[in-house]
Amino acid sequence: MTDVTAARARPAIPLSVKLAMGFVALFVLFALFGHALTPHGFRDTSLFDRLKPPGTEGYPLGTDARGRDLLARLVTGAQITLVVAIVGTLIGAILGSLLGILAAARRGKTEAVIVAAIDVQASLPIIIVALFMLAMFDNSFTLFLLLVGLNGWEVYARLMRGATLQAKESGYVTAIRALGASPARIYLRHVLPNILNIALVQFTVNLPLTILLETALSFLGLGVQPPLTSLGQIMSEGRDRLMTAWWLTLLPGAIIFCLALSVSMIGDWLRDRLDPTLRSER
Amino acid sequence: MAENLSGAPAPLLSIRGLTVGLPADGDRPEAVSEVSFDIAPGETVCLVGESGSGKSVIGQAILGMLPHALPVLSGEVHLDDAPLPPQRDPAYGAIRSAQVAMIFQDAAASLNPVRTIGAQLAEVLEVHGVPKRDRKARVLDVLRAVALPEPERIAKSYPHQLSGGQAQRAVIAGALLLEPKLLIADEPTTALDVTTQAEILALIARLKAEHGLSVLFVTHDFGVVAEIADRVVVMEKGVQVETGRAAAVLHAPQHPYTKKLIAAVTPAPRERETGGTDTILEATDIDLTYRGGLFGGRKALHAVKGASLRIEAGRTVAVVGESGSGKSSLARCLLRLEEIDSGSIRFKGEEISKLTGKPLQHLRKSLQVVLQDPYSALDPRQTIRAAIAEGPIIHGTPKVEAHAQAAELLELVGLPAQAGGRYPQEFSGGQRQRICIARALALKPDLLIADEAVSALDVSIQAQILDLFADMQKRFGFAILFITHDLAVARAIADDILVMRRGEIVERGPAAQVFASPAHPYTADLLAAAPGLDMFAKGDAA
Repeated sequence: MTDVTAARARPAIPLSVKLAMGFVALFVLFALFGHALTPHGFRDTSLFDRLKPPGTEGYPLGTDARGRDLLARLVTGAQITLVVAIVGTLIGAILGSLLGILAAARRGKTEAVIVAAIDVQASLPIIIVALFMLAMFDNSFTLFLLLVGLNGWEVYARLMRGATLQAKESGYVTAIRALGASPARIYLRHVLPNILNIALVQFTVNLPLTILLETALSFLGLGVQPPLTSLGQIMSEGRDRLMTAWWLTLLPGAIIFCLALSVSMIGDWLRDRLDPTLRSER
Repeated sequence: MAENLSGAPAPLLSIRGLTVGLPADGDRPEAVSEVSFDIAPGETVCLVGESGSGKSVIGQAILGMLPHALPVLSGEVHLDDAPLPPQRDPAYGAIRSAQVAMIFQDAAASLNPVRTIGAQLAEVLEVHGVPKRDRKARVLDVLRAVALPEPERIAKSYPHQLSGGQAQRAVIAGALLLEPKLLIADEPTTALDVTTQAEILALIARLKAEHGLSVLFVTHDFGVVAEIADRVVVMEKGVQVETGRAAAVLHAPQHPYTKKLIAAVTPAPRERETGGTDTILEATDIDLTYRGGLFGGRKALHAVKGASLRIEAGRTVAVVGESGSGKSSLARCLLRLEEIDSGSIRFKGEEISKLTGKPLQHLRKSLQVVLQDPYSALDPRQTIRAAIAEGPIIHGTPKVEAHAQAAELLELVGLPAQAGGRYPQEFSGGQRQRICIARALALKPDLLIADEAVSALDVSIQAQILDLFADMQKRFGFAILFITHDLAVARAIADDILVMRRGEIVERGPAAQVFASPAHPYTADLLAAAPGLDMFAKGDAA
């Protein structure tokens, strides 16, 4: 009875991941409390203060072509981007995971249909679907959120289907089934906790992709519509003045770049930490 | 009888005081300590011990393949009176294969899956400078020597086209290509069925006789030792506890550990007052077919064909068969984990083969299972107390009461009650199997189905778990259906034996009768193939 595995020292968090976590925390704080930094609202225009460069008195990050404070607009853009990223990614994660688990649990025709849907989605770039849907229907924020949410659901579905099939074949599920547990109990209390970390890792991998999809669609004018704004839309408005008013594209672009990179790095690190195939405890 | 001095031929291999260190966080300071033995030309020495005894380390040391983490601290190894070079020295290139060859447990894993057998064997010759024109003939010769049918075809085959036994023969062929003087075989038959194992053991014995090959055979199984060993070295936790001629060690073991290992192979048949005559489970003409994939792409597999059996209250029935015989499928049918195609299963007089929903869940209370692999049989995210209490909680026992009962059961199966808060990963295989038994017993079943429940365990642990099954049966009076491929296990635990082959039950009867006078030729083959069976016979006479 002495074979208690020694608690393995947790590996230290690498500096790059610490920096990434720091940036994400800063971004969230900026989105939540950024409006305290400037007296201007994000829609307030001042035609006397058009296209002021960063550092102008009263406008630390400058203004756009209609004299709106870029700092205030970036804060609102960050809020929208944050909401779209988290809600959108959650929609895909929950929908995909549920379908994946359902396919593995039910097998048969249900599985065949879901797997076919996965294959269709995987071979069809989401951006094409999104462009089509947004062009066809009226562009509403809800539809936009839903479309962004569909991004990558098939990855969750595929991962969770595999993990569930594997868990179903494992000895503990067989044994617990033989104890007389109902399917609900087996899936909720035994299968789900054992496969959840796979979805968690995929969530962090998908989050930057959602951010990029949102900004790309908004940049194309198909995403968030004025008067609301997002980081991608701010960039899109500034692109005609790239040579004269660089701050209008460069600042939101830099934020998007750093945010996507940071979240990706955290995701990669989490994957290394949680990947069940890398675990060697036995 | 001189072991290795005076008059006997000079030993081929001589190991003196070999001590190999372990990394600082190991469970002991040395992997092997002060090991000394000789192997004479044409002699088979069995190195016996359980997992972690250091037996494989000795084989690696002879071939100069010890990793940096396992340094040789002292001792010498001489081959043909010449000291071997230091570990990992390039000079080993001329020794490995040419003088000392090694074969491993998992033959398929030691073959390259994308090259033909012939190409892989020819490569060994190429590395050792055999001219190209001679290679093909030598490859075919050696394939013939290991009694592979149609050597031409085998040479053109890829590893996945061979059976487990053929792959192991091909690996042995590769080891013999350069006519080494010493063959180190590390558990080469552990992964094989008994009949295939018997063929491989016979092959090694024949090669030894025909080519004067010396063999160092690493194994955990004294049954194998009884078949092929001239001399035996027994290892326990890195210490050489007993050395001697095979006959002497087998019939008059000195060290308690050796006695324990031998007892595990030749367990005494059970002496017991037989259980009642109430039939607890009766299955009639069960058929099970695994259908192909959704689009019928895969072929259907007829896993159980018209099997009938009866289990009486309090008795133990063993189902014996080789892998693929359908014995586990049969167990899954009886447990209602697979839907049978036809036939009937009556449990305590009630037909259960069509039950669904609540009545089925209720039935499961009386019909429990212990699975083969104790490492996967417990939910890794559940404490063992919660795992044991799970069944009673599902069936309505209040949580507090179920947990208290779980603590009692833990003590009953030989684990401290306060260990209940720990997770399965913190326990050894044998301990986990105890936990699985406690989980099954928590529901006070009438029938316990054990599917290869001791196959994944070391032999001395096997004996303990079999004892636990017997103790618990005495205490609670349930019947056991014990699925096993191991005749020694069946003999140790069963009142009645069923023999399965290709989905059919070919023989049934009381254990003593089946072992003494098998009626079906397949049973007779199985018994003849089981290593160390002659030891059974002697045990019976005594």
